[in-house]
Amino acid sequence: MKLMEHQGKELFRRVGIPTPRGVHAASVANVTAFIESNPGSWVLKSQVMMGGRGKAGGIKFADDAKAGEAEARGLIGKVLKNAQNPDGEEVKSLLIEEKVAIASEAYVSIAIDRAAKKPVVIVTAQGGMDVEEVAAHDPDAISKYWIDPAIGFQPFEARRLAFAAKLPAGFHKAFPKVLDGLYALFLDYGAQLVEINPLVLTQSGDVIASDAKVELDDNALYKHPELQAWRSDGPADEDQAAAVAIGLGMSNYAKLDGTIGVIANGAGLGMGTMDAIRTAGGSAANFLDIGGGAQAELVKKSYQLVTSDPKVKAMFINIFGGITRGDQVAHGIVQALQGGDVREVPLVVRLTGTNEKEGRAILAAAGMHPVETMDEGARRAVELAGR
Amino acid sequence: MSIWLDKNSKVIVQGITGREGLFHTGRMLAYGTNIVGGVTPGKGGTKIESGQPVFNTVKDAVDATGATHTIIFVPPPFAADALYEAYDAGITLAVCITEGIPAHDMLKVVATTQPMRIIGPNCPGLVSPGRSLVGIMPGHVFAPGRVGMISRSGTLTYEIVDGLTKAGLGQSTCVGIGGDPIIGTTFVDCLREFANDPETDAVVVCGEIGGSDEEDAAAFITDHLPNKPVVAFIGGRSAPKGKRLGHAGAIISGNFGTPESKLAAFAAAGVPVAERPSEIPRLVEERRAARV
Repeated sequence: MKLMEHQGKELFRRVGIPTPRGVHAASVANVTAFIESNPGSWVLKSQVMMGGRGKAGGIKFADDAKAGEAEARGLIGKVLKNAQNPDGEEVKSLLIEEKVAIASEAYVSIAIDRAAKKPVVIVTAQGGMDVEEVAAHDPDAISKYWIDPAIGFQPFEARRLAFAAKLPAGFHKAFPKVLDGLYALFLDYGAQLVEINPLVLTQSGDVIASDAKVELDDNALYKHPELQAWRSDGPADEDQAAAVAIGLGMSNYAKLDGTIGVIANGAGLGMGTMDAIRTAGGSAANFLDIGGGAQAELVKKSYQLVTSDPKVKAMFINIFGGITRGDQVAHGIVQALQGGDVREVPLVVRLTGTNEKEGRAILAAAGMHPVETMDEGARRAVELAGR
Repeated sequence: MSIWLDKNSKVIVQGITGREGLFHTGRMLAYGTNIVGGVTPGKGGTKIESGQPVFNTVKDAVDATGATHTIIFVPPPFAADALYEAYDAGITLAVCITEGIPAHDMLKVVATTQPMRIIGPNCPGLVSPGRSLVGIMPGHVFAPGRVGMISRSGTLTYEIVDGLTKAGLGQSTCVGIGGDPIIGTTFVDCLREFANDPETDAVVVCGEIGGSDEEDAAAFITDHLPNKPVVAFIGGRSAPKGKRLGHAGAIISGNFGTPESKLAAFAAAGVPVAERPSEIPRLVEERRAARV
């Protein structure tokens, strides 16, 4: 689960990482009221998941309530777009923060390094920029350190990184405390990524997190039930919500751009089926893994979900029965088609493995004739979708 | 020989009386796996229907049976604890089937439980065809032989193995390493064993998008497997960036984990990558013929 900036900063405050004074506001009236009672210079930051919101016009400034009202009116409800996010994302709320006088900007993050099987801390004195760009143009400016999960974070690691990355001296005293808090958050909340970009050294000498990017591991959310309320209803999670609604795992369904609906058992076979469709000259409209041991009812619901996408011109159901039984899947397909509440599209079924004979008999009785191989099924589905 | 597992390996099942644990215990026994007992806290002293004793703790099970292998079917919040318990009791190889374990739990487990070998989590397990199966794989698709198989996926493995078996290419050992970001055993760990296994004379690597395990495997093949033919497949080549497809580990983020990077790495190692699973048996035959 990716968090919005204001949510990330709430977690920052819980672990003692300083953030700018401010408030999260979901309405123009709230913005106006806040600035009225707190005179000063404020930044209005659109709360969206997409990157590059500044260039997309999602960050504005206001020195009084009147200006704040006008800017908030322009931002809330606006759809921010840029090259990476052509569909755009609607601004539903703003984070109002005090404008700080910046002396220097650094970057710090902790992520899981899969290959090293350790958390990796990344620091650079070139904050406020895209870190991947810094890495590409000036790799020496990036310092990394791998934390031993058995030992945990130690302050010397922060000192070492601060010197290695040549952070300005003003950062040095606060940096170990910031990193200590960041690692505590990373660990306690089961984060996949925690990132502060920029970590700001103000002209008055304070070190504060000016932005917050936090991605939590969905598998670890059960440890913090209070965060369930943050589960985003943003575009990134629509597929997950659809999957969970019919009883699939959260990442078992993903909508894609093609015209052939896919149902397979197992993630690997699902991906393999998408690939086979592409090799045959078509493209998949989705990825759907019905999982191991799927029952007829789930097959039916999955069929309904996939065909509810108007782009779908043909369906390819590809089942290799291991734990999943062919007869159960066949029942599900027949039920889905007999239900009458599904859109009818040409269907190709490949059914092999456990209880394949029974499954084929059920399909045959309903007038369907499964293909023998995945390659053949993909070719047939592409042909049918092209008609 | 096969790697990590043979007919005599003594196996216990953690979570043996649960729905999944019991079901797969039956299937493993039917395959011929030497299951010597299981563990369910509170049910120690009982027996499952087929006669295997149930113990309260892994230590009790190991003390009574001499088990060296375990297979874990416990829910995600308890899986790390189950792995620590296996390690504490002296188990040398643990297959963890559980899907949905927090990545941070696994980071700590793999950092602290060596030298116990962990296969998975979120994996279909390990099979030495004709000898023993410690996992949830459908035994009937495998056949004894000389091809080693390693994979991040379950069903795609069955698809490929089915093709190999039908082409007369049996398998020495098949390892499903799992689809999670943090796993105990990587492709490289498996390749190291296959490199030294006299009864494995070709290896199929079934990777997928995301991570860098395939790139690491390719580098290892160049350095350490000059004389064993390797054929690869990469699932998810048609996947768009940023979409997580089923496996938590199968995601292209930015320029990381892309099929292009994996294809280039295998090409540099001289490893042919099959466009379709159905091409794999032919590629294995060709590579084997070329080395003779």
